[in-house]
Amino acid sequence: MSTSDDQPAIPLIPFSDKDRPSSDIINTCVHCGLCLSSCPTYRETGLEMASPRGRIYLMKAVDEGRIGLESAVFQEQMSMCLNCRACEAVCPSGVQYGAILEASRAQIEQARQASLSPSLTPPPALPARPLWQRALRGIVFRGLFNDMRLFRTFSASMALYQQSGVQWLARRSGALRLLGLAETETMLPSLSGRATVPMGQIYPAEGPQRYSVALLTGCIMSTAFSHVHAATIRVLQKNGCEVILPPDQGCCGALNTHGGDLDGGRELARRNIAAFSGLGVDAIIVNAAGCGSTMKEYAHLLHDDPEWHERAVAFVSKVKDVHEFLAGIELNTRDLRPLKLSVTYQEPCHLAHAQRITAQPRSLLQAIPGLELREMAESSLCCGSAGIYNITQPEMASALGTRKVSNALSTGARIIATANPGCALQLVGELRRRGEDVQVHYIVELLDAAYIQES
Amino acid sequence: MHRPDLIDELRRIVGLRGVVADPHALMTYDADGCVLDTGNPVVVVLPTTTEQVSAVVRLAARAGLPLVPRGAGTGLTGGATAMSGGIMISSARMDKILEVDVRNGRVLCQPGVINYELSQYLKPYGFQFAPDPSSQKACTVGGNIANNSGGPHCLKYGITASHVYGVEMVLADGTVMWSGDGSPAPPGYDLTGVITGSEGTFGMVTAAWLKLTRLPEAVRVVLALFPDIAGASSTVSQVIASGLLPAALEIMDRLAIKAVNEMYRLGLPEQAGAALLIEVDGVEDGLDELLHDVTAICWRNGALDVRPARTQAEQNQVWAARKNAFGAMGRLAPTYYLVDTVVPRTRLPYTMEQVGKISRTFDLPIANVFHAGDGNLHPIILFDRRNRSQNQRALEAASGVLQVSIEQGGVISGEHGIGVEKRDYMTLLFSTEDLAAMAGLHQSFDPHDLFNPGKIFPKGRGCGELAALRRSGLRGEVA
Repeated sequence: MSTSDDQPAIPLIPFSDKDRPSSDIINTCVHCGLCLSSCPTYRETGLEMASPRGRIYLMKAVDEGRIGLESAVFQEQMSMCLNCRACEAVCPSGVQYGAILEASRAQIEQARQASLSPSLTPPPALPARPLWQRALRGIVFRGLFNDMRLFRTFSASMALYQQSGVQWLARRSGALRLLGLAETETMLPSLSGRATVPMGQIYPAEGPQRYSVALLTGCIMSTAFSHVHAATIRVLQKNGCEVILPPDQGCCGALNTHGGDLDGGRELARRNIAAFSGLGVDAIIVNAAGCGSTMKEYAHLLHDDPEWHERAVAFVSKVKDVHEFLAGIELNTRDLRPLKLSVTYQEPCHLAHAQRITAQPRSLLQAIPGLELREMAESSLCCGSAGIYNITQPEMASALGTRKVSNALSTGARIIATANPGCALQLVGELRRRGEDVQVHYIVELLDAAYIQES
Repeated sequence: MHRPDLIDELRRIVGLRGVVADPHALMTYDADGCVLDTGNPVVVVLPTTTEQVSAVVRLAARAGLPLVPRGAGTGLTGGATAMSGGIMISSARMDKILEVDVRNGRVLCQPGVINYELSQYLKPYGFQFAPDPSSQKACTVGGNIANNSGGPHCLKYGITASHVYGVEMVLADGTVMWSGDGSPAPPGYDLTGVITGSEGTFGMVTAAWLKLTRLPEAVRVVLALFPDIAGASSTVSQVIASGLLPAALEIMDRLAIKAVNEMYRLGLPEQAGAALLIEVDGVEDGLDELLHDVTAICWRNGALDVRPARTQAEQNQVWAARKNAFGAMGRLAPTYYLVDTVVPRTRLPYTMEQVGKISRTFDLPIANVFHAGDGNLHPIILFDRRNRSQNQRALEAASGVLQVSIEQGGVISGEHGIGVEKRDYMTLLFSTEDLAAMAGLHQSFDPHDLFNPGKIFPKGRGCGELAALRRSGLRGEVA
């Protein structure tokens, strides 16, 4: 039998000190295996190394110096994980899996960058990513998501691509397939070129004002889903909220932190904390699950930053997912008109697992008269979207998308409700592939529709 | 057979993706829920059908390689650990429920079906699979059959053996056999009974007819708090002695409460030294009277408080806390050693006292969370595996618990099996004659000791030697 011992002795690349996955967290895992059945990649593959317990075991092996960051299995598994954190929600020992996964990814990225550093005594490093990947990560993480004006311009040009007939041509000609972009291209949201630009607008409460809240406009939510922002604002107004869109805010940094670019995430976190400070609002409302969970973890992200940590703690205490907020106040049910709809609910991972918000979205849906909620099987099993996962792990993403939509369709519901842009795009993409005319909507859109009939 | 050839052959049988051969990937298969003993398989294979399992077994027999069946790997005695290398057969992809036969009160499924998901699947039919090990959200029915697993509700409903009507098994030469026709009491030898609890040493179970149990009409759950574990244990033995039969009687001690109190928002007071979880179920009529009788016994034994779980959500919360208690030990220490023994219920108070003494002697905390109604203890020894002295003391403390249990007229395994962890204690409980008879039975299923070697039988006294001893008439060999 050949084991790793038989392989030529190449030096192992250990975890470096910066953003090291916490040994304490890793050792909180007692290997009980209760997480296995909740893990989408384990359910799809049945492979132990593709389970949370297996992945923590691999992290432990690197932590204890038995394998190094160069391990192909380690890298593959850190990438294949969806970071859906279903395991975290069921772990009896409370292992903070997301934190050690994101740190492990950061370690891999750091080791890749180390080989580019001109130091005379270079630290052991992984081969750098190919130039095009570095360039792409640079453009995406440090360019597009770092500058919302740039992001909106990009988004508008994509809208042009869709509306000018170039998309039609690209799809018909087979050029996308040649470029290997066919799968990715179907995920492109339909864009209108409109965008929600936060410039300090204040939308007054309808009726007596009960709360003052600020809204995170974010990146893709402010472009492809700007209509969801409009719905969110109207629903909040209906519920006695004055809604402020503070200027200078940006992307929440979820893609950076999930992708191993923790410093990039920190930069965006600081910017948002500054943008939302001093408003005196009761809550900072987020209508995208992934952004909400990222923002609730700013304090952890900045725990080593003496200047910002305290401000982060104060910021986090105000962050509320829109469903969490609406279910926590006395909901205006007086103005809700009946919607005769059958709806099934797809739970975004970063709502159900990372924020443990499961009852509130359902109670809001059920507050709409006439709406019939049909529960689907495996409602909280990841749909496979998971940020940029569609691009990094297209095969697993597509398998999980198929599984999710099959579960949704077998309820017979005509609408799939969700609360996150990634999930919405994944569902729409899969439904389009199948030629199903089932619609995908955010919960706030349905609430808005129930309110709006009156006016 | 060379390893590359072996891997190629296996890939031909189960497909490219059904074989795990990378050394780093194999590392993650080096233990099950018990991390004290580790061992790497040469290769892991994930078949989907009985035919594939049979082909893998024939290949292993030809190559003379051991076979280790594995379900979800949640077992706590190293039963699914490859102690002598070989091929590990994972049932993770054999996870289909094949037929629900309501008229005959049975369900046919593959071994990789998850226990909890089987019960969820049966719910709309008004049935459940009654054995409910604490790990039921992840563990597989194949593992339940291998270990003859119990669970909180086995007090009333009986352990796994009472719920298996027949199994399909692949024998060591690749033959596929059925232990019965799937009816409750087939004629001939009770092979199903023999296979249930054989810990994967007879062959690999590839399908099973399991018994459907009707869901109770109503359920009541209360949590009784006691100042110490003695009051709780006395209550349990008096409840049973008075002829009452709750569905479950489960005890958690102070440390176990500490581990779960916060996560499951139980809000239990600090001064509670023990919590007794009582569930009664059945038809609605008379249930409150039964519960009243049980709680009266609690009060007589010095209960501090008796708290009912009023809603379904509250009941789920209490049960989640109890069932996840062992997994929550990571909040208290990086490693635990869960000892599974049984004593007569009347000996519970004394035995628990002794467990406390063992904890002090070896200077290691021991949490207790157990099926009190069955007298089935689960002292959980907490330590840090990276500390050599603690490691040693944990093993000695476990040995102490086993000795005490046997002295009190108990046995060394309640429901987790013997595996590697407790094989050397078998001689404390069984004579050489007993072991030789077991070895003889094993030999008739698996003459070349291919399936899960190194389990159950004491080290250095493999079943081959024991069986040979039996054939030669146990000359002068008496334990």
